[in-house]
Amino acid sequence: MPADPPPRGPGKAAAARAVAEAHRGEWAFVLAATVRVTRDLDLAEECVQDAYAKALVAWASGGIPARPGAWLTTAARNRAVDVIRRNAFIRTALPLLADDEPVTGPADGQDIPDERLRLIFTCCHPALAPQDRVALTLRLVCGLTTAETARAFLVGETAMAARITRAKKKITAARIPYRIPDSEDLPERVDAVLTVVDLLFTTGHVAPDGPELLRTDLIARAAGLAAMLGDLLPGDAEVAGLRALILLTDARRAARLDTAGAPVLLADQDRGRWDRAAIAEGLVLVRRALRRRPPGPFGLRAAIAAVHAEAPTWEETDWQEIVGLYDLLLRRRPTPVAALNRAVAVGFAHGPMAGLAALDALAHDPRLAAYPYASVARGEFLDRLGRAAEAGTAYREALLHTANAVEREFLLDRIAQIELR
Amino acid sequence: MAMARYLLLIHDREADYEAADDTARRALDVAHDAFSREHKDVIVASEHLKPTSTATVVREDGAGGHLVTDGPYAETKEALGGYYIIEVSDLDAALAVAKRLPFFGRTGDAAVEVRPLF
Repeated sequence: MPADPPPRGPGKAAAARAVAEAHRGEWAFVLAATVRVTRDLDLAEECVQDAYAKALVAWASGGIPARPGAWLTTAARNRAVDVIRRNAFIRTALPLLADDEPVTGPADGQDIPDERLRLIFTCCHPALAPQDRVALTLRLVCGLTTAETARAFLVGETAMAARITRAKKKITAARIPYRIPDSEDLPERVDAVLTVVDLLFTTGHVAPDGPELLRTDLIARAAGLAAMLGDLLPGDAEVAGLRALILLTDARRAARLDTAGAPVLLADQDRGRWDRAAIAEGLVLVRRALRRRPPGPFGLRAAIAAVHAEAPTWEETDWQEIVGLYDLLLRRRPTPVAALNRAVAVGFAHGPMAGLAALDALAHDPRLAAYPYASVARGEFLDRLGRAAEAGTAYREALLHTANAVEREFLLDRIAQIELR
Repeated sequence: MAMARYLLLIHDREADYEAADDTARRALDVAHDAFSREHKDVIVASEHLKPTSTATVVREDGAGGHLVTDGPYAETKEALGGYYIIEVSDLDAALAVAKRLPFFGRTGDAAVEVRPLF
């Protein structure tokens, strides 16, 4: 039997690495450019997957192309043209709507327009449910498989497949256009995109379920998407605000867990372990975000994170500034959680009595009734005023509203401390 | 570009409308007239519904006959008060029209449901 000829290209392992890297970096570009040909998300996905599979073989023997994204786009688009020409693809009754003519000939790999924003705005359309927007973004913009997307949500693969199918059906049936919104609608639509990335980041930063407190995979995806938006919308102050918010919040990562893996409150964190490089980058972006007048909600949240990042200790935090920023945020976007955080900041700026009064003003908000942090804050202020029995009651109330094992342990510990005194 | 039809269902707090005086009701009529003129090129049909207290529901009774009962299909504070059928290019265009609809009553109590038609 003749021996295999020696491989001429860079080899399988190098090609696999290059394909994996192109998957992380180029998926959205390739898919968005292919949709321009197919006008159908499912067919475009199939063609892009096919192009990545071809790249594994072609790059191993023929070498890794100088512009992997262009190579993959050409391969995926040629495949799409082929499928459409052979009529092997049954066109759906309602294809994706775009405001330009579809590309019909084979692509030559030159000057492929960047269509990623269209893809992102379609996946993050406010007419889709927030969880569906996150799922579609992970699947179509980040290129995660259904199984990976299901893991991100900690749901079953069948349920996730059904959710993605339903969302795609709504895009075609309700005719959500594959288009960058008009300038009139742009701020609102950018906000919807940023909310998706924020939701992804928050889910990673404080995982509501599961064994880990942090989901670094989701944090990395959110940071990657935020950076992509920074490239695509360089002048947008709110995009800068979200990037700053993610950098400044995630800069605390190393200090958020103690050696036993238990969470450490912001007040008790070793600030020497905060990522100073990320903070410096975040502070530059905050300044850019606040150049907008009036500042948007993401810019304001980033500014609050910046005040914490710049404080040498918890005690030296500029609480007055934080209260002022929350006042501005509440005027722009009144949410019960922001109102609660403001009340807590009032307690640190003006003392526990003022904090209690601010909390009392929120006591009748039904949206906070089952939110444990309102009771925790009340307990803390009462404790500091020496009203131990009332503090204990507040902590026990909080206990009723949390199922998180780590949080329950923290509250039981506080109650035990009060009872020992 | 091919056009699509959407049904804009106006849900609002019926009790507020019932309690309103003639001036307030006339103001709403004027606002709808202005809306209709502004969007005459896309409006296919529109109607103002009489109150749900005038509604009658017909069901099959499961024994080959029908059951006729008084009242609306669903007892809710917000009720369908009227509708427009519009023909536009896509959902974004339909939402832009829906945002121009005059609302009656307090902010947050009224809403438009935008439903694509087959």
